[in-house]
Amino acid sequence: MSGPPLLDIRKLCIGFRGRSGRILPVLHEVDLTVCRGESLGIVGESGSGKSTLALAAMGYLRHGLVRLSGEVIYNGSDTFALSAQELSKVRGGQLGLIPQNSGQALTPTLRIGKQINEALRLHCDLPESTYAARALDLLTQVRLPDPQAILRRYPHELSGGQQQRVAIAMALAGEPDALLLDEPTTGLDVTTQAHILDLLRDLARARNMAMVYVSHDLGVIARVCDRVQVLYAGETVLTGPTRSVLSHPAHPYARGLLASIPRLGDSTLPRALEGRPPGPETARVGCAFAPRCAMATETCQTTRPLMVPGAADQMTRCHYPDQVARMRAGHAGAALTCCSADSPLTLSLDSLAICYERPGFFARLTGQPAPPATVDGITLDLRRGETLGLVGESGSGKSTILKSIAGLLAPAKGRISLGDGTALPSLAEDRRPDQLRRIQMIFQNPDDSLNPRQTVGEILAQPLRLYFGLKDHALRDRAAELLETVRLGAHYLDRRPGQLSGGEKQRVAVARAFAAGPDIVLCDEITSALDVSVQAAVLELLNDLKGLHGTAFVFVSHDLTVVRALSDRVAVLYQGRICEMGPAAAVYAQPSHPYTEALLGAVLEPDPDQVSRLLAEDAVELSPPARGCPFQRRCPVKRGTVCETDAPPAQEAGDGHVIHCHIPLDELRGLGQQAQNS
Amino acid sequence: MFALIFKRLALGLVTIWLVSALIFLGVEALPGDACTAVLERDAHGEALEKCREIMGLNAPALTRYMSWAASALQGDFGISANGQESISELVGYRVRNSFLLAAGALSVGIPLSIFLGTVAGLRRDTWVDILFSTGAILAMTIPEFVAATILILVFAIWLGWVPAIVLTPADAQPLEFFPEFILAAVVLTMLMVAHIMRMMRSSVIDAMASDYVQMATLKGVPYWRIVFRHALPNALLPAINIIALTVAWLLGGVVVVEVVFNYPGLGRLLVDSISGRDLPVVQAITLIVAATYVAINLIADILSLALNPRLRSHHMRRG
Repeated sequence: MSGPPLLDIRKLCIGFRGRSGRILPVLHEVDLTVCRGESLGIVGESGSGKSTLALAAMGYLRHGLVRLSGEVIYNGSDTFALSAQELSKVRGGQLGLIPQNSGQALTPTLRIGKQINEALRLHCDLPESTYAARALDLLTQVRLPDPQAILRRYPHELSGGQQQRVAIAMALAGEPDALLLDEPTTGLDVTTQAHILDLLRDLARARNMAMVYVSHDLGVIARVCDRVQVLYAGETVLTGPTRSVLSHPAHPYARGLLASIPRLGDSTLPRALEGRPPGPETARVGCAFAPRCAMATETCQTTRPLMVPGAADQMTRCHYPDQVARMRAGHAGAALTCCSADSPLTLSLDSLAICYERPGFFARLTGQPAPPATVDGITLDLRRGETLGLVGESGSGKSTILKSIAGLLAPAKGRISLGDGTALPSLAEDRRPDQLRRIQMIFQNPDDSLNPRQTVGEILAQPLRLYFGLKDHALRDRAAELLETVRLGAHYLDRRPGQLSGGEKQRVAVARAFAAGPDIVLCDEITSALDVSVQAAVLELLNDLKGLHGTAFVFVSHDLTVVRALSDRVAVLYQGRICEMGPAAAVYAQPSHPYTEALLGAVLEPDPDQVSRLLAEDAVELSPPARGCPFQRRCPVKRGTVCETDAPPAQEAGDGHVIHCHIPLDELRGLGQQAQNS
Repeated sequence: MFALIFKRLALGLVTIWLVSALIFLGVEALPGDACTAVLERDAHGEALEKCREIMGLNAPALTRYMSWAASALQGDFGISANGQESISELVGYRVRNSFLLAAGALSVGIPLSIFLGTVAGLRRDTWVDILFSTGAILAMTIPEFVAATILILVFAIWLGWVPAIVLTPADAQPLEFFPEFILAAVVLTMLMVAHIMRMMRSSVIDAMASDYVQMATLKGVPYWRIVFRHALPNALLPAINIIALTVAWLLGGVVVVEVVFNYPGLGRLLVDSISGRDLPVVQAITLIVAATYVAINLIADILSLALNPRLRSHHMRRG
């Protein structure tokens, strides 16, 4: 980490021409330096300009953006001053990019081999005859199994993790000195994410590459970066060594951000950071963070702070760095509202099984055995006011179960019944209005689930009119009341979803679900599209509503920390089967199912001392095994053939905690401890 | 993949069969039959009975449908009611002529529209794009008979470069149509270019804004290579279906243009047969047009499969 910086960005300002014709800045005088062999993390919430900054480092601006001032020096030359020819030598050659979503960043009509060859031809001086061997070598380096076969595949034939590895191999083809990583693991499963980050770190070490990670996830940054730079509303607010920033952040924004991240070891809710960052159209007077800052003073409103030294080698853009250091370290958030054990039952599923693929006509004719059900043997109860978390990787069937409860997907077997024991018709169109009212769903992406042409008032009016027959003034009053409960004012009634931020839209979706006065609310990954600070606010809101109305939640998420923060009970799913279910505290403690252990080991927390434990392979399985334990093919502690032939027994670990595994509980406890110590 | 093509083919055959049944039923439902059409005013009493006897019109409808369908399968559509000539021969020349006209229009129109659409998409919001797009809308909105009339006025009457209308008989050698059909082909090209070009423009814009094009740029791939290797193959996919519809529309006979230019194609024969109540010919043409639509769409499906690997494979990723 010595010598001149490899990448040196000086006072870079980037903006776009707004509708008024005025130039609106998205980056304000951002400085950034990275040396050979160093890894820098750029952290920020959506709209902070972090991706724009990373792409600008390659001399690239998205459509409509212009560089206003400042320069980007890479290896001694200004990338914005280079000719197209020189630029294409730098891009993909000395400076590689790993995109956020490789599934979309690989050209769908070209085979993997062709795309890697293209990179080699552009950036490699070797003769063409060596390309095939070189491509194989690259794929082996990124630890892809069977590289020969991968070369012949098309991008869509690979799993998300494999696509990401191909993108890494392609970046390595140019023998780069530096890699830019734009959210390289967002959207991947936790175990895959941990494997990819390990791979990247090893590659960087072996080749002495500089790495610039752009991420909203402080857990990722903590794991792989030496230094962190925090962006807020297009300006750098904090830089410093990762360890020091994560343990004693010298800027109130970083402090708030850290407090809003749910932790595995913490059973309280994360603390939300109220408000939202100023948009590019807001004139900059004073500190950009002042409106959201608890310790803001008159000076903060009027004078723009400069970067000043803060505690422990950090540089912070704050007028009062000493006071930030004295702020109480992340006092705990609200406690979870718990339901009492004797609350009445509100929903029960009895050995539910769901098949996506019906055997075809010929398969039935020739008597082929039906493929194993996508989801099978789901038996669970939900009490009034209880939150049940469903966790698992993609393909674990968690959303499928929700759809089935909501009546969008008919189960092949089993029974769904309400608290009074009446069986629900399997499809929503056969359910009575009252039954429909009692089960409401909130979707992952409010952009897709709210009609963009309706106003918030119209969106909320629909369930009110349908289930309660409200009209005119009563309707409008009730809608306004609902908006108050989700902490949006009545003035939101006439706005349309397009005018709201992501968090506000999700609150409207919550309000719509509660407009029906439901007993059960199904939440499908409802915070995964939100920034962490907004996510914390939505979690707080759900917790309040649960206490207020005694609503029961089924909360589906791939994020174990979020599920931990909100759930009374947790069910861990793998390949559509329950591996483990019990009170949240018990599931997250010992003993646990080997799959739960693997998931927990791969969770990344913003803690520089945490070491991730990679227990299971990140291979993607396409269908559940026909017999035995669903986890048999990836299990690190598999016990011979019994796991392949017999369904694992349900072992009671007390207090309703059930583990489906052939290994006795005592041994599981020992295995878990061993894994944690290693 | 072959299963998919097979499925489409089977579906297409069912469509043709349904169309044939519908045509037959429709003609049955009309008052009068072939004999009343042939005999005209003499269609009453014994003469009518005798004619029906000879033509086999007294047989039950199902039997008549079967025999009609069976010979149609062998390419024999019977004889026309007016003029008493073989429909296969009559229609055969017209199909060829419509094909000639379509081929003329398509061989210029498809490459031209793809080129114009690509340039407009790549130079989005510049004067080139505005010029092309406005031109396309203009060409699309002017009715073909107006465009045809203007073209005849300018190129045939004022400038005298090409003949105004076609006087060559239907059964002439293909080359004999040559200078005469140019104006008709130009009008058709104008009409089709607009549709395909606008589709192509928007899909090129989408492809150029995609993540994979951004990725290729940041991989250092030169601009024109990005356009030809990464963007165009993907941008062509949505255009294929529009092109297929255009081709089918052209092959099915373009009534107005053929009438304006007096071109002896399928469309004009259809109009003539309808006004002459020549029902057997109408039946034959409708069936041929239906078959053409099915065939063209099948070809479009196969082309899409060839260009789009995502449709071809079964290893779909699970979300």
